[in-house]
Amino acid sequence: MSAVAVSAMQHGLQSCEVCGLLSRPGPGEEEGRCPRCAGELVFRKPASLQRTWAFLLAAAISYVPANILPVLTTTTATGSESDTILQGVVLLWSPTGWPLSLIVLVASIMIPSAKILALGYLLVTVQRGSIRNNGQRIRLYRSVDLIGRWSMVDVFVDAFTAALVQLQPLMSVAPGPGLLFFAAVVVFTMLAVESFDPRLIWDPASEEEAHDG
Amino acid sequence: MYNTPVADAALRACPDCDLLQRLPDLEPGASARCPRCDLELWRRRDASRQLTLPLTLAAAVLYVVANTFPMLGLTAVGRSASTTVLGGAEQLWHDGREIVAGLVLLTAVVAPALQIGFMLVIGLAVRRERVPIWVGPLLRHHPTTRTWSMIEVMMLGVLVALTKIAELATVIPGVAMYALGALVFLLAGVQASFDPRDFWDRIGWAEAADRRAAASGRLAEATR
Repeated sequence: MSAVAVSAMQHGLQSCEVCGLLSRPGPGEEEGRCPRCAGELVFRKPASLQRTWAFLLAAAISYVPANILPVLTTTTATGSESDTILQGVVLLWSPTGWPLSLIVLVASIMIPSAKILALGYLLVTVQRGSIRNNGQRIRLYRSVDLIGRWSMVDVFVDAFTAALVQLQPLMSVAPGPGLLFFAAVVVFTMLAVESFDPRLIWDPASEEEAHDG
Repeated sequence: MYNTPVADAALRACPDCDLLQRLPDLEPGASARCPRCDLELWRRRDASRQLTLPLTLAAAVLYVVANTFPMLGLTAVGRSASTTVLGGAEQLWHDGREIVAGLVLLTAVVAPALQIGFMLVIGLAVRRERVPIWVGPLLRHHPTTRTWSMIEVMMLGVLVALTKIAELATVIPGVAMYALGALVFLLAGVQASFDPRDFWDRIGWAEAADRRAAASGRLAEATR
């Protein structure tokens, strides 16, 4: 039985994530520089799992105040009223406004929680050395990467609503304390996606293939 | 320390699964996918060099318009107000949400400016026969500016805000709003026409430049 290496790492080669050049580090070296673009090269992102877990936990913790604290406070002549994200969705729900309400519901509540769950699932399966559903897991990672930015929508909605509705003393809108935590969820999950090395999903499969080949 | 490049220039590792493979030579418009994880490794763009620069120039003009003209106006019971893109971040700052204001500024103003600016310089530099070496760092950081540039997300946010406020007052979309709408499509066009591999293939190598610099340094020392 001869071992056939399938991944670049098994061949001792590093691939530049910037320019795509494949190169070999000096003997015994773990890190090097790309001879073409001078980018730093590693076999796998350093401490990928620890960093991803850290950002994911930070996001999960911020998720609680993001949903409990108000994101918008409306002040009128008769008094003031504060709304959380979910209350904002309910307020938008009307015979004509329901599509927008749905957009905010998906972007602000469903996407962030789905992102946190999906990244947690990817981390756990990688740590267990799973070789099953690799194709589905990499597609999950790519969709999290692609869709994640859209949860910023609510930050922009609240920013521009507050910027425009400044008709004191008649009516004014101010951002609430929840907005900071909501923005934190978006940023932390984006950083978690960035820290995760998708090649870790495939490493156990590469090893298996090398032994069978 | 610099790595040693592999002899076969067509050899590539998939960025998503690290599978070692040989990239075929593609016809313009054709694309190559990783056989294991189905990632698109390379799509050869038709007329990449010709299209990218004019599209980026147009995007730069629209960016300036989008940031100088009012985006949304409002009238209610005889009073009126308006806001610009920057105004959104400014109001957050005044209301004591400095960090969120910084994030809005980064994703709506700074990152898009860097994205367009980098692309403009890259597009101009690659018109030269030999691509200058300092384009390398710009190409390297371009994906980061793209990650944090969220014009299209802001556009959706503005549309939601506009509809929300329309129930309370008369909302007038400003010039910047239309500029932003067009900018979303132009930036998508820039992205679709840009072929980074075409640029990397013609760029001067960092290692060679370092060697030259070191050699001329030694020469200067010797002649002193």
